Amino acid sequence: MSDYQAMQAELTGAIAAASNLDALEALRVAALGKAGSITGLLKTLGGMSPEERQSVGPQIHALREIVTAALAERKAALEGAALEAKLAGERLDMTLPAAATPRGSVHPVSQVMDELAEIFADMGFAVATGPEIEDDWHNFTALNIPETHPARAMHDTFYFPDANAEGQKMLLRTHTSPVQIRTMMSQEPPIRIIAPGRVYRSDSDATHTPMFHQVEGLVIDRGIHMGHLKWTLETFLKAYFETDDIVLRLRPSYFPFTEPSAEVDVGYRQEKGRRIVGGNGDDEGHAWMELLGSGMVNRRVIANCGLDPDVWQGFAFGVGVDRLAMLKYGMDDLRAFFDGDLRWLAHYGFGALSVPTLSGGISA
Amino acid sequence: MKITLDWLREHLEGDYGVADVVATLNRIGHEVEGVENPAEKLAGFRVARVLTAEKHPQADKLQVLTVDAGDGGAPLTVVCGAPNARAGLVGVLGLPGAVVPANGMALKVAAVRGVESNGMMCSTRELELGDDHDGIIELPADAPIGTPFADYSGAGDPVVDISITPNRQDCMGVRGIARDLAAAGLGTLKPLTIPAIDGQGPMATEIRTDDPEACPAFYGRTIAGVDNKVATPEWMRRRLEAIGQRSISALVDISNYVMFDLGRPSHIYDRARLTGALVARRAKQGESVTALNGKDYTLTDTMTVIADDSGVHDIAGIMGGEHSGCSETTTDVLLEIAYFTPERIALTGQELALTSDARSRFERGVDPAFLGDATEIVTRLILDICGGTPSVMTKAGTPPTETKTVDYDPSLSASLGGIAIEPATQRAILESLGFGVTEGSPWRIAVPSWRRDVDAAPDIVEEVTRITGFDAVESVALPRTDGVAKPTATAEQLLERRLRRAAAAAGYHEAVTWSFVSDREAAPFGGGAWSLANPISEDLKVMRPSLLPGLLAAAARNQNRGADSIRLFEIGRRYLADAEHPTLCIVMAGNKTERGWQAGKAAAFDAYDAKAAALALLDGAGAPADRLQVMEPVAEAGIWHPGQAATLRLGPKAVLAEFGALHPSLARHYDVDGAVMAVQIFLGAIPAKRASGPARSAFTPPALQPVRRDFAFLAPDTLAAGDLVRAVKGADKAVIVDARLFDRFAGQGVPEGQVSLAVEVVLQPAEKSFAEAELKAIADKVVAAAAKVGAVLRG
Repeated sequence: MSDYQAMQAELTGAIAAASNLDALEALRVAALGKAGSITGLLKTLGGMSPEERQSVGPQIHALREIVTAALAERKAALEGAALEAKLAGERLDMTLPAAATPRGSVHPVSQVMDELAEIFADMGFAVATGPEIEDDWHNFTALNIPETHPARAMHDTFYFPDANAEGQKMLLRTHTSPVQIRTMMSQEPPIRIIAPGRVYRSDSDATHTPMFHQVEGLVIDRGIHMGHLKWTLETFLKAYFETDDIVLRLRPSYFPFTEPSAEVDVGYRQEKGRRIVGGNGDDEGHAWMELLGSGMVNRRVIANCGLDPDVWQGFAFGVGVDRLAMLKYGMDDLRAFFDGDLRWLAHYGFGALSVPTLSGGISA
Repeated sequence: MKITLDWLREHLEGDYGVADVVATLNRIGHEVEGVENPAEKLAGFRVARVLTAEKHPQADKLQVLTVDAGDGGAPLTVVCGAPNARAGLVGVLGLPGAVVPANGMALKVAAVRGVESNGMMCSTRELELGDDHDGIIELPADAPIGTPFADYSGAGDPVVDISITPNRQDCMGVRGIARDLAAAGLGTLKPLTIPAIDGQGPMATEIRTDDPEACPAFYGRTIAGVDNKVATPEWMRRRLEAIGQRSISALVDISNYVMFDLGRPSHIYDRARLTGALVARRAKQGESVTALNGKDYTLTDTMTVIADDSGVHDIAGIMGGEHSGCSETTTDVLLEIAYFTPERIALTGQELALTSDARSRFERGVDPAFLGDATEIVTRLILDICGGTPSVMTKAGTPPTETKTVDYDPSLSASLGGIAIEPATQRAILESLGFGVTEGSPWRIAVPSWRRDVDAAPDIVEEVTRITGFDAVESVALPRTDGVAKPTATAEQLLERRLRRAAAAAGYHEAVTWSFVSDREAAPFGGGAWSLANPISEDLKVMRPSLLPGLLAAAARNQNRGADSIRLFEIGRRYLADAEHPTLCIVMAGNKTERGWQAGKAAAFDAYDAKAAALALLDGAGAPADRLQVMEPVAEAGIWHPGQAATLRLGPKAVLAEFGALHPSLARHYDVDGAVMAVQIFLGAIPAKRASGPARSAFTPPALQPVRRDFAFLAPDTLAAGDLVRAVKGADKAVIVDARLFDRFAGQGVPEGQVSLAVEVVLQPAEKSFAEAELKAIADKVVAAAAKVGAVLRG
């Protein structure tokens, strides 16, 4: 064994045995520092003859490289062990609770209105709005309900004491139908709109609140008939209730602003005390429930809006938004919609990201 | 409107049952609201004869009967406590399984004091047929044993309750309904017999109309020597009672009967109470009358009355007067059959807030061609029931009986009604409803006098389609435009949707509260601009000037339920004098964070939480949040904490949001405990995004890294930190891209009345890194800008 080999064995042995970084550093200084043993050997190369240097030089350089590598390896090992030891002391109880992120919600009425907007957008209907404090003309007269009409009494209207500049009585709209009038007066047909919003009736009991939500639909075009109305309602209800098994029953009825007029019943069945929309109301275990009012827009209403009823005809319908929400999502108390009870809102409300889309599903 | 099946048969011949009637009515536009079938209640009760009656061995007051139930079987043993139970009595036996109407008890075979009883002999009270409970029902001895009692008593006539739509006055009488049913194929309408009355001499009291606008026709007749003490005939009384009308006297019952039978109101006056001529005229302003309901009404000169020399006897078409109504002693009567103009009746009724069966018919418009015949029909009934001698009929005025004609193209049933119906079928339907049809191009349709509602072709479409049945309407798809559905939401709608989802994402729950509040709730906001004339209650009276009252009331309710952290929001309208303003409002109360192992005590919300929420929502809504200025609040004094609220504005006029801590006395006003933070965002003030297409500007990140420098200033503690930051940011707009306050300190080392504010400034080099001299120059500018607002670089 040469001297270099002996040195190598001694140094690598000592490096491997170094128990901490300080000892390792001492070894490095002793071998590779300015006065280190290997540094000393390297210095002797300058005084050697070329032949001698040729034979000894590689041996010294090899020694230096091996020791350098051993030092680096040992250093990494010691550092790793030290980090592990440190981390071992940083253990946390991961079952402890993290800070809570508050969760908000969207009210079911808003959610259902978004659903309706999405469904009807696919059928080409825009969303229209109008004032809730209305005048007599838009809420009644233009809709073919003159002052002496018995239907006015059925509307349980909230009035304001003062008239507007045109001498019209001011009132809270009793239905979303005045938006029909405002739309027909402000845009050219063809028209396809829905108009959701708050409406008001002077009525309050277990199933009626003085404020509730309606959505109105209106189509004005050429050649529109009751068949289109039926298709539109079927298509809408199938999309909304997410079932193809929607059976409608149209019953003749009367609304001053439509002629002919139809009440629309939808078939349902009772399941665990809840009404599940779907199926033929005449089938075993099923029944009919009145859901919508509808009809072909009365010629007088079209004319009142300045359109020619010989050219334009169409249909209109109206349905309670709160009612639609209750039927789909299973609430049974209308009054709770307007209470702001956080427990109810958390239970029936919708997450901010549950945006109804056609691709993701209307009941997001 | 209620009808009974038996009454319907008076007008409609055919083989039909109550189920057919209900189904047909629903199909042709007369919604059935309910069917009351007394026969169902009386199922299991039958006529039976008591064969023997013995004393009960165990009880003094009971008897043991054997009863023949008429079913051919052995006599049944029945225990009975009625004192009148005796051998030979024919009564009503309830069999096991029957349910006693009065108490809902199901009868069963049971031992009574040791004797098995197989049923119950019933009293009238038990069957809800009367109040008598002194003994069991005693029927005539010849009553057929074994017959279901419902059949025997005639109490089995089913009553159908129909919702008559306001356009169909003609169906506010049984005959009108019968006509519609006949048109729909349910039986044949029987002809109406008009009796011929042989009048003796002229009317004993003159009648006339002095108000032909409101009362174009007033027909009448006097009848002398009637007897109003006689009982109303059983068949008439039973029908009236079945539809909920109390039998009053023969004359009143006759008048009511014809109203419900033929939809024709009439009025019968006691002539002894009349003085001089009976005249339809305008009421005098302030004139009053005591109506048949016992109430006094003060009239105006827009109303029409029937009056004589002594005063008003009848509010025309609405209600008769108490003074001249018929009584038991009435012997001479005057029968009024008039036509009143519907609009006038409606206005008078509305003004007096007086409803009656007559008003509901007159204001919808009775048949103007059915005055003379109706007079004869009512007279005949009076003569038959009460006797007497009639005068000839007087016809004062002329009813509006011009026949309306409507042009009609039978293809409309398909092109409007969605049902293709053969012209011949359409014609048959129309004729069965009383319309006259002249075919041609177009058809000329003569509208029957009783169909005031029909005046245009769509009305004819409705007639032919409803009688055909709307089941025949086939769905037809609306034409669809090419390609993918176009977006339909307006900018306002998108803004509202974004804000709603952003608020929910930030942890707030959306509430929907009443649009109306009380005066007290509106008061802190200067009151409401819109107060209802007829509120449902004082709590729901004023259109809200702010969303805060509704949300604060909801917060208080939640606190009362034990909620300790409240985050609520609402998007809705504020109703101001000029318009309705869409607004988002947030209320936060109680704990922002619960107590926890990391943070320790629970933390309350503070005004900066409100600021953060306002900024986050405005940013989410697409408002230029980085350009907003914080300025003083705009709301009335007393809404906000005087030192902890502000507005966010784009320029001095455009207030986008208001936020901060509410004034503690305001929170207390709405019974909310603790500090309350709130945000209001005014949707109308948020500028619409400019439509610049979907493409973004090119992405050009700076080549060099930004440089950060910190500056600490001493400033008077009255200096708004925002002003200092804005000054610093504006010191060298070419290189300073951001400035952010990161420390605020007052106390040791800082002179009294001063505050240390530390700002981090971000500098963005352009082509080459800053040289020391450049950095020095920028720093000098920053210090100079700060000095302008009163801040001095800390040494």
